[in-house]
Amino acid sequence: MRIEARTEISKPMIYAAPIVAVVLTMLAGIVLFEIMGHDPFQALHTFFVAPVSSLDGLAELGVKGTPLILIAVGLSFGFRANVWNIGAEGQLTIGGLAGGALALAFYDVDSPFLLPGMLVVAALGGMAWAAIPAFLKTRFNANEILTSLMLTYVGLLVLSMLIHGPMKDPDGMNFPESRLFHDAALLPHMIEGTRLHIGFLIAIAVVATAWIVLGRHIIGFQIRVLGMAPRAASFAGFSHNKIVWLSFMVAGAAAGVAGILEIAGPLGQVVPVISPGYGFTAIIVAFVGRLHPVGIFFAGLVMALSYLGGENAQIEMNMPNAVTGVFQGMLLFFLLGCDVLIKYRLRLT
Amino acid sequence: MQPLLSLRKLRKEFPGCLANDDVDLDVMAGEIHALLGENGAGKSTLVKMIYGVLNPDNGDMIWNGKPVGIETPSAARSLGIGMVFQHFSLFEALTVSENISLGIPTDLAGPGLDERIVEVSKSYGLPLDPQREIHSLSVGERQRIEIVRCLLQNPKLLIMDEPTSVLTPQEADKLFETLKRLSSEGVAILYISHRLEEIRELCHKATILRLGRVVSDCDPSRETARSLAEMMMGSDLTLPEKSVVNEPGPVRFTVTGLSTLPKDPFGVPLKNISFDLHGGEILGIAGLAGNGQTELMDLLSGENLCDQADVIVLENQPVGSLGPTGRRNLGLGFVPEERLGHGAVPDMTLWENGFLSAMGRQNLLRNGFIKVGKSVDFAVSVVHRFKVKTAGVDHNASSLSGGNLQKFIVGREIEQNPQVLIVLQPTWGVDAGSAAAIHQELMDLSANGTAVLVISQDLDELFAVSDRISVICEGRLSDATPASETTVEQIGLLMGGLDHADQSLENAAS
Repeated sequence: MRIEARTEISKPMIYAAPIVAVVLTMLAGIVLFEIMGHDPFQALHTFFVAPVSSLDGLAELGVKGTPLILIAVGLSFGFRANVWNIGAEGQLTIGGLAGGALALAFYDVDSPFLLPGMLVVAALGGMAWAAIPAFLKTRFNANEILTSLMLTYVGLLVLSMLIHGPMKDPDGMNFPESRLFHDAALLPHMIEGTRLHIGFLIAIAVVATAWIVLGRHIIGFQIRVLGMAPRAASFAGFSHNKIVWLSFMVAGAAAGVAGILEIAGPLGQVVPVISPGYGFTAIIVAFVGRLHPVGIFFAGLVMALSYLGGENAQIEMNMPNAVTGVFQGMLLFFLLGCDVLIKYRLRLT
Repeated sequence: MQPLLSLRKLRKEFPGCLANDDVDLDVMAGEIHALLGENGAGKSTLVKMIYGVLNPDNGDMIWNGKPVGIETPSAARSLGIGMVFQHFSLFEALTVSENISLGIPTDLAGPGLDERIVEVSKSYGLPLDPQREIHSLSVGERQRIEIVRCLLQNPKLLIMDEPTSVLTPQEADKLFETLKRLSSEGVAILYISHRLEEIRELCHKATILRLGRVVSDCDPSRETARSLAEMMMGSDLTLPEKSVVNEPGPVRFTVTGLSTLPKDPFGVPLKNISFDLHGGEILGIAGLAGNGQTELMDLLSGENLCDQADVIVLENQPVGSLGPTGRRNLGLGFVPEERLGHGAVPDMTLWENGFLSAMGRQNLLRNGFIKVGKSVDFAVSVVHRFKVKTAGVDHNASSLSGGNLQKFIVGREIEQNPQVLIVLQPTWGVDAGSAAAIHQELMDLSANGTAVLVISQDLDELFAVSDRISVICEGRLSDATPASETTVEQIGLLMGGLDHADQSLENAAS
């Protein structure tokens, strides 16, 4: 059997592939549950339907989807320009820490400016962390995949250090947690009685802005040209280094904001684990969404569902935590498989 | 006599484009058979099907009387079909024999390959040293490698796609001797070229394609270049006319003592290049590919910056340290050699590609947002004025044939009325009719006071359009001489480096 490049690439298939991948993931899920000895249809129901059959569940979908959508939209700028920032998890952590530090510094201040201030500081924190790989890339041509990924682990250790030290709640009986934030530092809820906060609106606003910028603004144009034809970008007079910096800054700011939205939203304090890997999962979200802001919005919700379904399956059916990762991995695997078959065909010899 | 290869009713359709329809072709053993047609007529598609790169939708191929299906290039090679592509596929850092061994069946690549290379190359007048590394070879020598690689496999049919576009007139003559010798030994040659004179000299038969169909065949030696071109176009050819020589205008563009080391390890260093460009004149720079043209182009356009700003002066302003955007704003337009991926983004629409270089001077941005309507209008006006064949400006650049895209890219710059226009290979791979149109536009532009620099390997083109001609060889530029006072032969010798060789002899003697 040989793999051959196709002469023509089908446009409709490019957009159908994410849906095909979701369907294939479900089918593989049926096989998987069958092997594990569960009733596959009940399991799929528990995984994909039950979590969103109540208002509470739908609100949770928004809570989990918000950071994924935000980060993935930020990353998509770089991915379109062939800038491979893999370190959004670290940028989320440092951004969240910076915003959280502001909240703790003014923990007894009741001001309407505190929350916006936290968002700005968190964005700056994420950008600062993203600036390191951007500088190394533009100054020394260091591979940004490695530097941004390695800095993620440094960022997680910085969080660990601070939360076991200066950020620890003085009255917290030595638990590695910060003080609980006051109301002025917490995000207002969108629906009473649920955890859905106004961060979801921020995510929607970012999706809309990114859609306009990528489609109609010169910044988006530069990013697309650089990604598709680097020499044409230099012919047009676009600076490669500026676009690398811009990509990292957009992704860093988005990840930083996602971090503070977690801390000032569902968590309400700084804890040793801010994110269950949103920064990495967002990479899958960005690609499942075809690097298009609207696609990313829906992909983010699908991926959020996999988190909720995984949790539900653990509670209802005693499945291991790994089931979430398995489903996310299968989704990416099938999407990449579809992509290969869009560009190439198999030929039996 | 039975034809070596017969094609019957061959058909190939791409989405939105019928590339070949009902094509019949007979190639006899020992025949040098020309394939003629305008850009987009379907010549490349046809030879790609013969070489197994593409597969036909319909129709039969008959090889020595037996129907065959040529599904892959290796199937074509095992039948005895070889092809020399327009773009070479060689590894710069490997030797000649290493490169050859990578492209032939493993049983041929074994011990003794060097001896076989020397033997074949000697007997066909294609001198090659198997141990030389590719980066030290000229383009003509690189082409020999590709030809020798084919000959080692004893082909019965050799397909050549625009082989002389990269050669000096002298090198081309040598190639013709080799081809005639092969033909006398019974090897059939399928020959694609836009140079009609050489087809008249070399080929026994010509098949003319238009819009994917065979429209006629003829004996090219009984035709004129003009009648061949008109057969291809299906209409009368208007040759460009140079307006009366007017007094050169003010100096618009000056380069003084430009020297650089190349960024690329296999690039060419430029040595002390100086020239003036007056408004209203066309200066031609001749030279074989790989003698510093791309390096020079990148510095003139601003894609690479000079060490000192005043090395390049545009409209009395030093611009050596300005990027392409700054130079465009001062009135420079430029057309790079590579169409896809450099002059245009293949996967973007035509109007976006128009915007690519016109956004500044045509004022296509408002607060950083693209004025889509105005950008589309600009692209439409380029398409109309330069008769670009396309289904619409919202189609991708990659959907255009090479010549049509070239018309769009050159037109995009001319439409902006630049003060200075620099063009590298303006009609590379472009058919006679389109080439004449592009030449006419360049001349009209210069007649209106623009300073035009044309860098090209095609001497016919340079003599047709230039007021003065100079030659670039190994990164040095000769002094420009008026085109009326020199000949193709003299320029051809300079391109081959004779001048330079004389100089070094003199230096050694003194």
